[in-house]
Amino acid sequence: MRRLIAMSAPLMLAGCGGNQSPLSPGGDQAVALYNLLLLSIVVCGIIYVLVLAGLGWGLYRRRTGSAVDQSALDRGVWVAAGVILVGLTVLIVGSFLADRAVFATRGRDAMKVRVTGHQYWWRIEYRDAATGRWIETANELHLPQGRTTRVSLGSADVIHSFWVPNVAGKLDMIPGRRNLIDLTPRQLGWFRGQCSEYCGAQHAHMAFDVKVEPPAAFDAWLAAQALPAAAPSDPVAQRGAAAFAGPCAACHVVHGSAAAGRAGPDLTHLAARRSIAAGTLPMTRGNLQGWITQPQALKPGTMMPTIPLNPADANAIAHYLATRR
Amino acid sequence: MTPDQGQHDQLAATWRDPPGLWGFLVTVDHKRIAARYIVTALLLLFLAGMLALDMRWQLSVPENTRMSPQLYNESFSLHGSTMLFLVSVPIMEAMAMWLVPLMLGARNMAFPRLGAFSFWLYLGGVLTLWIAHAMDITPDLGWFEYPPLAGPNYSPGHRADIWAQMITFTEVAALCASVNVTVTILKMRPPGMTLARMPVFLWAMLIASIMTILSMPAIMLVTSMLISDRLVSTHFFSAAAGGDVVLFQHLFWFFGHPEVYIIFIPATGFVSAIVETFSRHRLFGHSVIVLSIISIGALAFGLWVHHMFAVGLPRLGNDFYTAASMAIALPAGLQIFCWIATIWSGRPRLDTPMLWMLAFFATFVIGGLSGVMTASAALNLQLTDTYFIVAHFHYVLVGGALFPLFGAFCYWYPKATGRLMSERWGKVALAAIVGGFNLGFFPMHLLGLLGMPRRVYTYPAGMGWDLLNQIATAGSVISVLGGLVFVANAIISYWRGAPSGPDPWQGSTLEWATGSPPPPWNMDYIPVVHSAAPLWDDEPRLPVMQGLANDHREVLITSVTDSAPIYRHKSSGPSIWPVIAALAVSVMFIASIFTAWAVPIGTALIGVALTGWFWPQRGRATTGPLGVRS
Repeated sequence: MRRLIAMSAPLMLAGCGGNQSPLSPGGDQAVALYNLLLLSIVVCGIIYVLVLAGLGWGLYRRRTGSAVDQSALDRGVWVAAGVILVGLTVLIVGSFLADRAVFATRGRDAMKVRVTGHQYWWRIEYRDAATGRWIETANELHLPQGRTTRVSLGSADVIHSFWVPNVAGKLDMIPGRRNLIDLTPRQLGWFRGQCSEYCGAQHAHMAFDVKVEPPAAFDAWLAAQALPAAAPSDPVAQRGAAAFAGPCAACHVVHGSAAAGRAGPDLTHLAARRSIAAGTLPMTRGNLQGWITQPQALKPGTMMPTIPLNPADANAIAHYLATRR
Repeated sequence: MTPDQGQHDQLAATWRDPPGLWGFLVTVDHKRIAARYIVTALLLLFLAGMLALDMRWQLSVPENTRMSPQLYNESFSLHGSTMLFLVSVPIMEAMAMWLVPLMLGARNMAFPRLGAFSFWLYLGGVLTLWIAHAMDITPDLGWFEYPPLAGPNYSPGHRADIWAQMITFTEVAALCASVNVTVTILKMRPPGMTLARMPVFLWAMLIASIMTILSMPAIMLVTSMLISDRLVSTHFFSAAAGGDVVLFQHLFWFFGHPEVYIIFIPATGFVSAIVETFSRHRLFGHSVIVLSIISIGALAFGLWVHHMFAVGLPRLGNDFYTAASMAIALPAGLQIFCWIATIWSGRPRLDTPMLWMLAFFATFVIGGLSGVMTASAALNLQLTDTYFIVAHFHYVLVGGALFPLFGAFCYWYPKATGRLMSERWGKVALAAIVGGFNLGFFPMHLLGLLGMPRRVYTYPAGMGWDLLNQIATAGSVISVLGGLVFVANAIISYWRGAPSGPDPWQGSTLEWATGSPPPPWNMDYIPVVHSAAPLWDDEPRLPVMQGLANDHREVLITSVTDSAPIYRHKSSGPSIWPVIAALAVSVMFIASIFTAWAVPIGTALIGVALTGWFWPQRGRATTGPLGVRS
């Protein structure tokens, strides 16, 4: 009985899954997978209880010492095999149907997004349906509620895997290939995604934020992302921009400035994001400065090198980036 | 069988090893070699278990900085590689090497020197990996080192090469051991032990060995491709140069999936033997169990793709592999029902080996059922690479293979040592290991469902994972403490245990018909059997065959299906050449981490060793009557 409770614990926990959990589905694909998960847990739980009950009764009846009818036992074994067969058939059919639901083609009107995995961050590009232009950002995926987004997954280096369990299942990002996954979020709010294929030293810190918002808010957000960042206004930010143009601009791009590096994340609207360093730290002015000066201490093995900066420059760069909204 | 004293002395003189260190090096006694194999593997089990404990400690609180990411990544890579390649598969082969000739009433394995060679080569692989660990060049890319991460661009240095060569070592060793077990079972069964009468244990070892022979070439091929990408710049796995990283995964899992069953099927042999003995009833559905094993073995080759459901392969293909993967639950379930029916039929005795079997049922079935869940291509999109998978495969491997192995250890311990292990301490160890294991690993199912990915050295607070991780860590500690009690019991019982006599459990198979521990020649006479449980059916006196020479090492070869005597065969005696050959192969494998020249030079060295090994010896006539005395 204790095991029965243990096996059904996921059912009870279903209500309290977090913002990175298959147990609190907030999108069509995740709901299909969640229903299949419940079906599987119920079928497997029943079979487990039956098997252990058979074993327990077999052990118990030795005390009674009664002889067993061998032909009845024979039939019992075949009946049990039949039960397994029925259970498996249910699960195979269920799996097939869920698979179809997750990969159902949603027509050509889906919004197109390209996500590329890097050690250890995410390049995210939206195709502007009106202009055909690609609008780039990083480490934060925005999705319009109720619309289907078709995400094309690729990798710039090693194999990664794109996983936002609350919205859909995972799919690998493989060099030389592109995988397509559809996301149809229904529930508004913030979710967390994480790389789920081991990709090196900082696999643990390759996460991203997902924001599901009403279509109008999404459109406004995307329009803002398409704009170049405002020119630095105050003197500290101007000093920061100048310092940034040295070592940082080799890897990072800030549209509206001379920085046009491609190796690292696009920082044009960095301060509008919720977190920095691929979900490692919350976006604050202090964290930005800590990250700029000591990336290897905060995320050992990250590809961002430690740049020797004098404190005034570091402060100015942090201030400059904190105004990139 | 009352031994004839003169014959006994003559056999002792013929089968004796030279004394001292030289004897240690040159022995070809399958029991001595297998015991070394088992002790080495158990030591590694302990070391890799300590790594696991270290990792659990790291994960017991969020944002822990006790371990560096590099150290954590090395730890799980070394833990997985050691457990899968250096513990699980070798220990099952070693159990086969120890038990198969005894259960056949044969005097040695079919190829005694090959058995010795396989151990020395395995030791080479063990030392390569663990000396590299001591030198801080531990592989750090997981136990299945996918390129391009393991390729030359993203893994400079020699960590990935060491992993790849360690695989090659252990796979060559495994191949040798498997060929040896296969031929021994097929050609050295005693007269009368037809395939239909062969105990399930021998069937399991036969099927696992054949599976090894069929699957190992895939992994040796793929690690060699990886090595050549790294060493001589081929581009098998470089997408930019027209290679394909997914090719690695196909080849790896074409081996990697059957490997799970190569570990599990021998365990079903242990379960069958122990359930039969302790239920005091003939195994229910002998032929159903054998057919189940064969079909599991065959199906295991048809479902490697279920490790790749998130790769983005064609969906319809994935559905096929879903059905194939789930189908394996049917023969596996049938086996379990047959064991349960055996318990129903008999009057079960709950000694420690049998209690391990009950722990096996309760634990393995959870692993089997979570396996059915992970077999679903769709569900995999949420489950793969999460802690759910970590929970699943530990339930399968620990519950399905390690618990039966511990039971088997307790069951055959008196045969190997002549003494019984303490029942009381055996039960204490069992309770701690089984309880701690379930406490430690059950919460991981929930962690996976709550979204915790595997292979992360830390995780943020506030994800709802903290408490479950702490429970998991506590369970692991209890389990390891139980393991220490188990080991202490084994060591102390070696000197203090109650003398067991030849057959303490009233077993049904031939190994119980000889002394404990068995003499180097195993049995004075080759038995003749008439059923699958000869000791139960032919008591009090087992019919035997006579006519084998006593004054030189001679074994009996029988026909494959009906086990009729065919001829007498001269068996190899002690030789240093297996050690030298293993050394030559080791030089080639290790040097080829650094230079391609190792291949021609190493080949020449191996040629020298094999020339010595196979140098023609003066033959002996193997004619003369073979008679059966009943």
